[in-house]
Amino acid sequence: MLIMGASFVGFGSMIKNMDWSLGNALYSTFSTWALPGQIAMAEMAAEGAPLMAIVLAVFFINARLLPMVASLLPQVRREGMPAWGYYLGAMLIAATSWVGTMRRLPDLLPDQRFSFMVGYGLLLYTGSPLFTAAGYLLAGHVPEPITLGLVYLNPLYFLVLFLVDLRSRTKVMALAFGALLGPTTYLFAPDWSLVATGLIGGTAAWMLGRRARTGGAP
Amino acid sequence: MDVILHSPALYSPMAIITLAALASFASRALGTALSGRILADSPVIEWITAVTYALMAGLVARMILLPIGALDETPDGIRLSAAATCLAVFFLSRKNIGLGVMAGSLTLMALVALSLE
Repeated sequence: MLIMGASFVGFGSMIKNMDWSLGNALYSTFSTWALPGQIAMAEMAAEGAPLMAIVLAVFFINARLLPMVASLLPQVRREGMPAWGYYLGAMLIAATSWVGTMRRLPDLLPDQRFSFMVGYGLLLYTGSPLFTAAGYLLAGHVPEPITLGLVYLNPLYFLVLFLVDLRSRTKVMALAFGALLGPTTYLFAPDWSLVATGLIGGTAAWMLGRRARTGGAP
Repeated sequence: MDVILHSPALYSPMAIITLAALASFASRALGTALSGRILADSPVIEWITAVTYALMAGLVARMILLPIGALDETPDGIRLSAAATCLAVFFLSRKNIGLGVMAGSLTLMALVALSLE
């Protein structure tokens, strides 16, 4: 939870650094509430990437929420809950809240589970804007080296976050291809570099991973 | 099309943020609609995960090697040393994310402060 807070601090500093308003920073945290996509959006907007490229990159990055939501919701179903309740609840599912809820589910009675998910999600959801604002305000008022250290929090965070679980060969290849393609494609197609990196690197890793498992057949 | 999309009205922070939010909610809504009907290890989900990983790795590599904004003015060596410190502490602390990130960020602050003197 602290780590999540720190990365929203980093996001706030990043937005301040690109001269957007505090309102913009808070609006993004409230409306998107999925940090990797927010960072990709800010990074690409700062470079003036086309709107379409930004939307696609954010969509592909946050598409990981789809399987998370689809796997969690069936376990928190409650008698009499209207469908829109689940759509609203899905807004509170992001990486940290998903892990925290999944971990506690076995200790909870079935009809407590939805409430737990919403309560825990709301705690994180309402805390996030506070950290975002703190990062934004700090970045303007602390010495330059500290501001830069805050802006650098997120590249560092995501550098190690994806190294925690490297059991899947497909994931390792996707990371390697992405790290190679990201900077190289940027040199000749800056606008579409990230979308291309994700689609080419990810698809290649996925195909190679499947091939390795099925013993040669594609 | 690009001309329209780059018009100041559409290319405003509020418009960009709103579209990014909708692009994120799309996955949550689709996940809700499909809940219970897709398997975690289906090929489509595997593909999505691979694309996400590649995209994030590309984004991180770019933010470290070719940063924008104020970080752009820091020497490459400083950013790379900070990233290396972060990785070293992360692995030495048995993959503690918080310690790694803190060490990396402090390294960057210290090296930038020293370089300004």
